[in-house]
Amino acid sequence: MTVQELPGAAAYRPTPPPAWKPLTDPAPLLPDPEPYRVLGTDAVAEADPELLRRLYAELVRGRRYNTQATALTKQGRLAVYPSSTGQEACEIAAALVLEERDWLFPSYRDTLAAVARGLDPVEALTLLRGDRHTGYDPREHRIAPLCTPLATQLPHAVGLAHAARLKGDDVVALAMVGDGGTSEGDFHEALNFAAVWRAPVVFLVQNNGFAISVPLAKQTAAPSLAHKAVGYGMPGRLVDGNDAAAMHQVLSEAVERARAGGGPTLVEAVTYRMDAHTNADDATRYRGDSEVETWRAHDPVRLLERELTGRGLLDDDGIEEERVAAERMAAGLRERMNADPVLDPMDLFTHVYAEQTAQLREQADRLRGELDAEHDQHGTDDGGAAR
Amino acid sequence: MTTAAATAGERTAKAKPATMAQALGRALRDSMADDPSVHVLGEDVGTLGGVFRITDGLAKEFGDERCTDTPLAEAGILGAAVGMAMYGLRPVVEMQFDAFAYPAFEQLISHVAKMRNRTGGAMPLPITVRVPYGGGIGGVEHHSDSSEAYYMATPGLHVVTPATVGDAYGLLRASIASDDPVVFLEPKRLYWSKADWSPQEPAAVEPIGRAVVRRPGRSATLITYGPSLPVCMEAAEGAVEEGWDLEVVDLRSLVPFDDETVAASVRRTGRAVVVHESTGFGGPGGEIAARITERCFHHLEAPVLRVAGFDIPYPPPMQERHHLPGVDRVLDAVARLQWEASN
Repeated sequence: MTVQELPGAAAYRPTPPPAWKPLTDPAPLLPDPEPYRVLGTDAVAEADPELLRRLYAELVRGRRYNTQATALTKQGRLAVYPSSTGQEACEIAAALVLEERDWLFPSYRDTLAAVARGLDPVEALTLLRGDRHTGYDPREHRIAPLCTPLATQLPHAVGLAHAARLKGDDVVALAMVGDGGTSEGDFHEALNFAAVWRAPVVFLVQNNGFAISVPLAKQTAAPSLAHKAVGYGMPGRLVDGNDAAAMHQVLSEAVERARAGGGPTLVEAVTYRMDAHTNADDATRYRGDSEVETWRAHDPVRLLERELTGRGLLDDDGIEEERVAAERMAAGLRERMNADPVLDPMDLFTHVYAEQTAQLREQADRLRGELDAEHDQHGTDDGGAAR
Repeated sequence: MTTAAATAGERTAKAKPATMAQALGRALRDSMADDPSVHVLGEDVGTLGGVFRITDGLAKEFGDERCTDTPLAEAGILGAAVGMAMYGLRPVVEMQFDAFAYPAFEQLISHVAKMRNRTGGAMPLPITVRVPYGGGIGGVEHHSDSSEAYYMATPGLHVVTPATVGDAYGLLRASIASDDPVVFLEPKRLYWSKADWSPQEPAAVEPIGRAVVRRPGRSATLITYGPSLPVCMEAAEGAVEEGWDLEVVDLRSLVPFDDETVAASVRRTGRAVVVHESTGFGGPGGEIAARITERCFHHLEAPVLRVAGFDIPYPPPMQERHHLPGVDRVLDAVARLQWEASN
C-alpha cells in the first residue's frame, strides 16, 4: 500500500513511535546455520583426550543401560521405558558438564542423564517401574524428579537458579526438554522468565525428530529450535547432538556463561531417537527404515569410537574393556530389578500433607482394615506388603 | 528500614478501623520481616502495589528481589515459585484475579500439589498462592469466578478463605508459615470491609483447618465461608423476626475440612443450609451436604439444602445481583426446611 500525500497536508511527516528502540542486538544471539561439530573436524585437535576417553566409556555404558532397561519392559519388570538410544551423547554431556552443586532438571526420557550424574540406576527407574513416583531425594542428588508433563520443569529450573543467585550461590540449572516440548506454553514462559531475570539456566532441547509420531516440520515453522532463543533475548546454539565432544563443549560454555552471570542459553541438539517413543509405540507407522538407517551411520557411540581409534587413543582391548564394564553394570541392574520392591500400602497416605488430615486418617484406617481382612482371609504374612 | 516500617505502621494505625486489604498487606509484611526466605512475586505486585494494593509498600521496604514484578505469565510465575521453593525459599504468589489463575493450573495440580507426595516427603513446597476470587464488585468477564471447587478437588493443596479482617491476617500468616502449599482465596468484595482490628496488635495466627461458629443458634445451621459470611450473618439477624434462631458456621478452611465443628453444629440444630457463591452443581456445597448427611443423618429434621450461584458462567456485572445468593434467597431456603413437619 502506498501513502498518498493529500493536497494541503504536505507539512505532516509521520515520525516513529517515540519510545521505540531495540532492547537487544539480535546478531550475537543467532545460532550458526550448521550444527556445531567437533568429531571429524579441526576442532577435535583441541579436545582433551582424557575427556574423550571418559565420554566414550559413559556412552558405551549408557547404550547398554538403554538396551537393558528396554529388555526389562519385555520381562514385565518396568511398566514402560522411553529409550534414549541414539541420544546418549546429549544425556551424558548434560550430566558431565555440571558441578556437584548444580541442578539437573530431566524429562521422562532423561533417566540416563540422571544415572550419569551419579544417581543409583535402580532409584532412577522407580517412576518407570511403577513402585514410586521418585525413588530418590532430589536435594541429595540435585536432580529434580523426572518430569512427565512436557516442559513444566523448565520454569522450576528458572526459579531454582534465580533463588540460588539471590542467596549468593553460583549454582547453575540445566533443564532438558524435547522438540515437542518447545511448543508448550511453559517452554515459552520459562525462557522468557530466564532471560528477563538473567537466571543462570541452560535449556537443552534434544531435537530427536519426532514428538511421538509428529515430525519437527509439523511442530514448528521456526528456522531451527535454537532460533527461538533470539525472541527471548538469549543466545541460541545449534549443535550435532550425536557428537559427544561438541555437546560437551557447547554445554560447558553455556554453563560457564551462566555461572559467570551471563544469563541463560538455549542449546538445540540435533539428534535422533533410534527406538520408538516408548516400548508401547510402533515407530514403523510414521517413519521409514531408510531414515533410521541414515541415522545409524551417524551413531554417537561409533562416531566417537572411530575418532578415538583413528587417533590411537583407543584399541580393541580398550573397546573390550568398556564393553565388559557396561555388561557388568547391566548384570547388576538386571539382578536388582528382578527383586520385587517391598511396598507399604499405608505409605499412600503418608506424604500428602505435612500432617495427615482427619479425612486421610479415616481413609488410612479403612485401608488398614481391608489389609487386615485380606491377611486373615489368605493367611499371608507379609503384613500388607505387596508388589 | 526500621524508620520506614514504623512510619508505615503509624499510617496503618491511623486508618482505624482496618480493612481486610490492610490486614492482608500487614500479614505479608510481618511474614517477610520475620522470615527472610519469604518472597512475594506476581504481576504488578511491586511498584504498583498490586491492583488491589495488597502488596503496597513491600517492594519499597524489602527491595524488588523480595517483592518482584514478574512477566505477565501465571504458569511462569507459579512454575518459578516451585523452583524457588525447591531451593528453600517461601514464595507467595499473587494471581491478580480468579480466572487469571487458570493458565497456572497445570503447575498447581501437577507440581505444587504433588511434589511432597511424588518425592516421598523429601521435597515439600511451602508456596502460598493468593487468588482474589468471587463476584460482587462489578467486574467484567473473567474477574468474578469462584473456583474453589477446582482447588478442593486436588489432593495436596490446602484451600483457605477468610471472611473477617482478623482471619485475613491470621490465616495468611499461617498459610505462609505452612510447609504445605496453600491456595489462599481472598474474597475480593470483602477487601474493603472494615473491622475494629488493630494492625498494632494483630490477632493470633489461626491454625489452618478449624471452622468457627460466628453466631450461635438453635433452629438451623448456615454453613458458609468467605464472601457469603456477611450474607448469612444478615440472614440470621433477619430470621429472628420469623422466630428462627440460626447458627452460622464460617468454615475458613475448605481443605482440610472441619467435619467436627460442622457435624456438632448440625447435630445441635438438626437442620442445615450450605451457602456459597460458587455454582451448585459439582460445587463445594454438594460435598459439604454429603458429609453432613453421612455424619448426621439421624439428627436431621430436613434434607440439607444448598443456596449457591446458578449453574451458569459468571454473569455480566449488570446481572450479577440475580446470580449471587443474597439474604432473601438464604431465608427462602431456611423457610423450606420443613418446619411444619417437625415443629
